[in-house]
Amino acid sequence: MSTVTTNGSRPKPATHHTVVAIVEDKPGVLMRVSSLFRRRGFNIESLTVGHSEAEGLSRLTLVIDGESAPVEQVEKQLYKLIDVIKVSDLSHEDMIAREMALVKVRCNNINRHELLDIANVFRADVVDIATNSIILQVVGDEDKVDGLIKMCEPYGIREVSRTGRVAMVRGTKTTTVHDPEPEKIARLHAAQGRRVEGELPFSSD
Amino acid sequence: MARMTGAQMVLESLQREGTDTIFGYPGGVVLPLYDTLPQFPGIRHILCRHEQGAAHMADGYARASGRMGVCLGTSGPGATNLVTGICTSWMDSTPVFALTGNVARTLLGKDGFQEADITGITQPITKHNYLVMNAREIPLTVREAAHICRTGRPGPVLVDIPKDVFQEEATFDWPDHVSLRGYKPNTEGHAGMIRRAAELIDQAKRPIIISGHGVIWADAQQELVALAEKAGIPVITTFLGISGFPESHPLSYGWLGMHGMFYANMAADKADLVIGVGMRFDDRAMGRFKDFNPGVKIVHIDIDPAEIGKNFVTAVPIVGDAKNVLPRLMDAVKPQVHPEWIRWIDSEREAHPSRSIRESRRMLPQYVVRSIYEETNGNATIVTGVGQHQMWAGQHYFYNRPRQLITSGGLGTMGFELPAAIGAQVACPEQETWAICGDGSFQMTLQELAVLVDEQLPVKMAIFNNGYLGMIRQWQQLFYDKNFSSCGITQPDFCKLADAYGIRAIRVETKAEVPLAIREARAYKGPILLDFQIDQEENVWPMVPAGASLAETIEAPAEELAR
Repeated sequence: MSTVTTNGSRPKPATHHTVVAIVEDKPGVLMRVSSLFRRRGFNIESLTVGHSEAEGLSRLTLVIDGESAPVEQVEKQLYKLIDVIKVSDLSHEDMIAREMALVKVRCNNINRHELLDIANVFRADVVDIATNSIILQVVGDEDKVDGLIKMCEPYGIREVSRTGRVAMVRGTKTTTVHDPEPEKIARLHAAQGRRVEGELPFSSD
Repeated sequence: MARMTGAQMVLESLQREGTDTIFGYPGGVVLPLYDTLPQFPGIRHILCRHEQGAAHMADGYARASGRMGVCLGTSGPGATNLVTGICTSWMDSTPVFALTGNVARTLLGKDGFQEADITGITQPITKHNYLVMNAREIPLTVREAAHICRTGRPGPVLVDIPKDVFQEEATFDWPDHVSLRGYKPNTEGHAGMIRRAAELIDQAKRPIIISGHGVIWADAQQELVALAEKAGIPVITTFLGISGFPESHPLSYGWLGMHGMFYANMAADKADLVIGVGMRFDDRAMGRFKDFNPGVKIVHIDIDPAEIGKNFVTAVPIVGDAKNVLPRLMDAVKPQVHPEWIRWIDSEREAHPSRSIRESRRMLPQYVVRSIYEETNGNATIVTGVGQHQMWAGQHYFYNRPRQLITSGGLGTMGFELPAAIGAQVACPEQETWAICGDGSFQMTLQELAVLVDEQLPVKMAIFNNGYLGMIRQWQQLFYDKNFSSCGITQPDFCKLADAYGIRAIRVETKAEVPLAIREARAYKGPILLDFQIDQEENVWPMVPAGASLAETIEAPAEELAR
């Protein structure tokens, strides 16, 4: 997963939109998208790209400053790129949005337990520990990641590496282009002696 | 399936896509392609003198014929020289297929001799581009690129092929069809939206159609005429939309914009409903956006969804091909007439006849254009450069046949006229083709005169010679306090220049000689250059000053009319 990150702890303005684009996994796609944003003057707050559930397709999650351009224009311009297959604005959806960060903090034998307490509150994992430092891994929305970083500041932060936002709509609705193949699923269910999802009621389960 | 080299595959694929002409220039890395060209007698190669010329020729070819134009350049400077031409066709949405060579795969990214990242450079000015890394991918790539180039909103594509891919052998596997999951243009138009548009048209008291370049590319002139006649709607065009609606039609009211007809600008500004068809509400056409006709409702028909709502709020968007949408819209509207509205526009036209030419003993450029119009019976294809002469050519010729005016509207590329006229003449050999040239504009690409001689193309060149970069001079006079800075231009003796190339030329110095020279040019079988020594300080009127609204259109001041 490669990312361009957000800028730290600034509170998230209400005009920010989360847009998901499903794109061909081909060389130069990221350049086409970023070049489009540059030349049209759209501001990207964060951009995350990684593989999707389907082979040959990447999933791009963009956080766009809606004040720099109407999100509708951003979506339409994205659609014009041949390698972009589907664009969805999740801002008005009930969605889960998450970021991840690795935070390397100074510590010593005396104050290490304080940091572990903080990590515990944020449900952050300790992924590395050394005599004079500790690496915490935190997953959550932007505010939670900001919060952990803020709490670590008094101890001395050596390094922060955080991803951009990834997002998904709650419930059965998807933003992908590939519906799961029903036959394949039916076969799976049959092998397990279960009914296919959607054939209610599931009395046999 | 046959084994072929990459070079053979490129030419075979292009031929299957209907290519009969390539405008190009050889160079190191495309030599394998040139080596193969003689094996394809069905493809005519026209050797330009600069790759920018090749790109404009392909563009002119496309605009005159409606077919895809193909240009070819070598790597590095050959490819970068194409860029201005590619961008010209990008801004005006014309189907140009640019083919470039690149350094061998092993040298890519190593700053090899004559290497340029042309796919990176042209990424923002092509509909799509490709770097082909294997010969076996060539057929599919050419097919896909040509499909993208021609369909939907047309536009340029670029295919970049490293030298050793041209030389590599592989099996030629021609795909049956193209299917791109990220590219499915909607051509039909939404039935509900068409119904809503029809309701707005039925209710409108002062409707107007603004017809753009898209109507020409959709081949929808007749459909537009039918709609306008049934609903009694006057039609104005954009500058690039000229010839999309016949100007001899009683419902035709010229074209709008910065140098458009006064009454066309007023009609657009006073309408209560604007129906934009195949146009993009560009700033040169609409004036200052925020003051354009407050309260107007807009119906926007375009094949590119991204154009809808880009500059103006649209009441009814219809995404589709004008050829499909207009007949359905016509079926949905009620037959109507708008006599009061038409009378009002007519009265504006009588009071401000932007297309009339004043009596003068001087050789007015407007008069030269009108003379060409009269002598050619309004049938010639007119190709222009960019500047004052371009505006006069739009104003004082009357266009009825689609594709009759070929001009660089979006990018405003000086030097477009000669190469584009060459392309247009190659595409339509029987069609009388006039290049209306500015003396400044012409000097940007005059090296292509040699192509006229090589190919013996009977292009008629009319140079509007006022010794100035005229549009620059006009702006400096009007908006920069007559601070004439770098607008006077030294020229060669155009007649001697033509003579040096072996092209016949006539210098026209007086008004009386104008029709005679035009007649002589028409009677002459080969290429010919007319050097019209026009009035030096004539300005283009009417004018919407930069940043003003259409309502602020100004006409020629009295002192200029008295000249």
